Amino acid sequence: MIDGAGPSGRPEDAGDRLAPNIMQFCRLLRAAGLAIGPGQTLAALEAVRTVGLGSRADLYWTLHAALITRHDQRELFDQAFHIFWRDPDILKRAMNLLMPQLQAADGAEPQPINRRIADALAPERRPGQGENPDDKPPEVEVDASLTFSDKELLQARDFEQMSAEEIARAKRIIAAMRLPVHDMPTRRFLPDPTGPRIDPRRTLRRSLRGGGAIDLARRRRETRPPALVVLCDISGSMSQYSRMLLHFLHAVSTDRDRVHSFLFGTRLTNITRQLRDKDVDVALAKIGTAVTDWSGGTRIGACLDAFNRRWSRRVLGQGAVVLIITDGLERDDTGLLDTAMDRLHRSCRRLIWLNPLLRFDGYAPRSGGARAMIRHVDEFRAAHNLDSLADLAAALDSRFHPAVNDMRRWRRLVA
Amino acid sequence: MTPALPDSVDATLDLLAGGDYVAERSLATALYLALSLGRPLFLEGEAGVGKTEIAKVLAATLGRRLVRLQCYEGLDVASAVYEWNYPRQMLEIRLAEAAGAADRTSVARDIFSDAFLIRRPLLQALQSDEAGAPVLLIDELDRTDEPFEAYLLEVLSDFQITIPELGTIRAAEPPIVVITSNRTREIHDALKRRCFYHWVDYPTAEREKRIIAVKAPGVSEALSGQIVGFIQRLREVDLFKSPGVAETLDWAQALMTLNRLELDPATINDTLGTILKYQDDIEKIAGSEAGRLLAEVKSELSARAAVGDD
Repeated sequence: MIDGAGPSGRPEDAGDRLAPNIMQFCRLLRAAGLAIGPGQTLAALEAVRTVGLGSRADLYWTLHAALITRHDQRELFDQAFHIFWRDPDILKRAMNLLMPQLQAADGAEPQPINRRIADALAPERRPGQGENPDDKPPEVEVDASLTFSDKELLQARDFEQMSAEEIARAKRIIAAMRLPVHDMPTRRFLPDPTGPRIDPRRTLRRSLRGGGAIDLARRRRETRPPALVVLCDISGSMSQYSRMLLHFLHAVSTDRDRVHSFLFGTRLTNITRQLRDKDVDVALAKIGTAVTDWSGGTRIGACLDAFNRRWSRRVLGQGAVVLIITDGLERDDTGLLDTAMDRLHRSCRRLIWLNPLLRFDGYAPRSGGARAMIRHVDEFRAAHNLDSLADLAAALDSRFHPAVNDMRRWRRLVA
Repeated sequence: MTPALPDSVDATLDLLAGGDYVAERSLATALYLALSLGRPLFLEGEAGVGKTEIAKVLAATLGRRLVRLQCYEGLDVASAVYEWNYPRQMLEIRLAEAAGAADRTSVARDIFSDAFLIRRPLLQALQSDEAGAPVLLIDELDRTDEPFEAYLLEVLSDFQITIPELGTIRAAEPPIVVITSNRTREIHDALKRRCFYHWVDYPTAEREKRIIAVKAPGVSEALSGQIVGFIQRLREVDLFKSPGVAETLDWAQALMTLNRLELDPATINDTLGTILKYQDDIEKIAGSEAGRLLAEVKSELSARAAVGDD
């Protein structure tokens, strides 16, 4: 326990050894991937001097309070603490031994890009067979007659090697895109000469300037786009689109704030952090190592259920719109999918399903998964041709599809 | 004479115990650091684990005023910091006109003065009274949006607020700041780094029993053992929302009101709504699952009692 003498009661040399040790510990944490700056190192030192070195538990919780900023850093901190404070020299002697162990503990640790996984990121030329025999597997349409020549070039090229000009063009497409959601009114106001409400503060200030009749200043509610959560299918049947979809996600993430992105095949992965990297190639390489279920089977129900449990309360809080991109080919039993979709639908503002299978004329949601899903979505969007960002943006653009959004017709087809 | 700030981790533990808060040493350490180094305490954790309660207990035991800022989306300066009293200002202008006061600058000086200022929580928190600086509770910060968070960052680093018409108001003594978050959104690192961070976890069985003993003193030892055993098992089940300490206490009170001396499956089914708040969860636990968990708890308790008798 605390010796009660306080920091001033300790001999000076203890303090002298303390500072380098704290510094080494902070360096260890930093090397292991925690974002700890010199400011926090100093704060940790000050904190330890305040509490004193009475017991190991106190030292643990003091450093914990000063250095940790997220709950999920706890495990890494715990390991580092126990290794380091048993033997502070470990950093010099066993850095190489220690680091892989620590990195394994922290799932989000950026690792050198593995060549094989980078290769796995490449799109498969041959689309996987649909799991349900009722549905046709997606076909690759080569429709050169209706596309512009520069678009063809973009399609033919490897997406990972887009030039700066092409990236700029992709950004323009995304920026011009209007999602089928309206901006939400916030509780804040903006000055607007024709606004519906009177701005009392500016009116009063103005009246003092002018004198005579009071000149009314007006304001209106500020609006902002709602938070966007994208759940994107990367299973085998969707693999031909997956890289284009990743580019879409990256462009959307850098264009607007409050975008959360998840990928799912057989398991759910949050790639929001990876997408925050400004460079699209770096971001994609990071995603390639973070996601382990490329082009495999589909368990939509289980993944949506995992999303509901782990993430929905953390990302759907502020009236978020959910965009789910999948072909609805479910491998598992659809009972779970039905309940998961139901809960998802009721916990978000608007649920939009974008289905690339819809480009076939006469597509009907016949597979069990699609039937279960269509009951719970607010909008069902076609993607006639999902080979470029412009097509995807057009599919999602509210201005171009007045008729597609006929949910009653779709629900009748299911019934 | 108001109580002084604690001078060690143990004293902080005693302080919280004095306010009927059964705290873990880890929490007391973080709180002691926040108090003695004058930085905010950032508390994160599931709903119902007693985050808000910490600030209330702190204000009560230290004899300080509690200033609470409940966050919501779109919280703005007018409702968080200050607002001018417009109707009174209008009236004042009319009165000045009626009295024939022609000097416009003096009217301006009058209506943008302290008397017309409505102080909202953040501004109130900068004012100390005879007991000292208040405790500022910024509750559920995750509900507000990023722009307000950025503004808060500025206020919390300097403890000063600038009102264009009045000038800068600075806190003579910085308030004790407690920030809570339910993690419905990730708070930016820049804000967290200025704070001492603590994750408030579900209590251990032993601590939860002590909490019941302090907060619901009428509950018998046997019943409280069963309640805690059942709740702790429930937290291991894969539920959408695990019951927090608040639910445990509600349940203890409910069982006391129903005059139950012991848990039985029928009672659990009838009162499940006090501890589980989602229909899916209730469906999952009600009936045979509740009976199974209860049987486990009882056999474990009797085994422990047998060991204790030896």
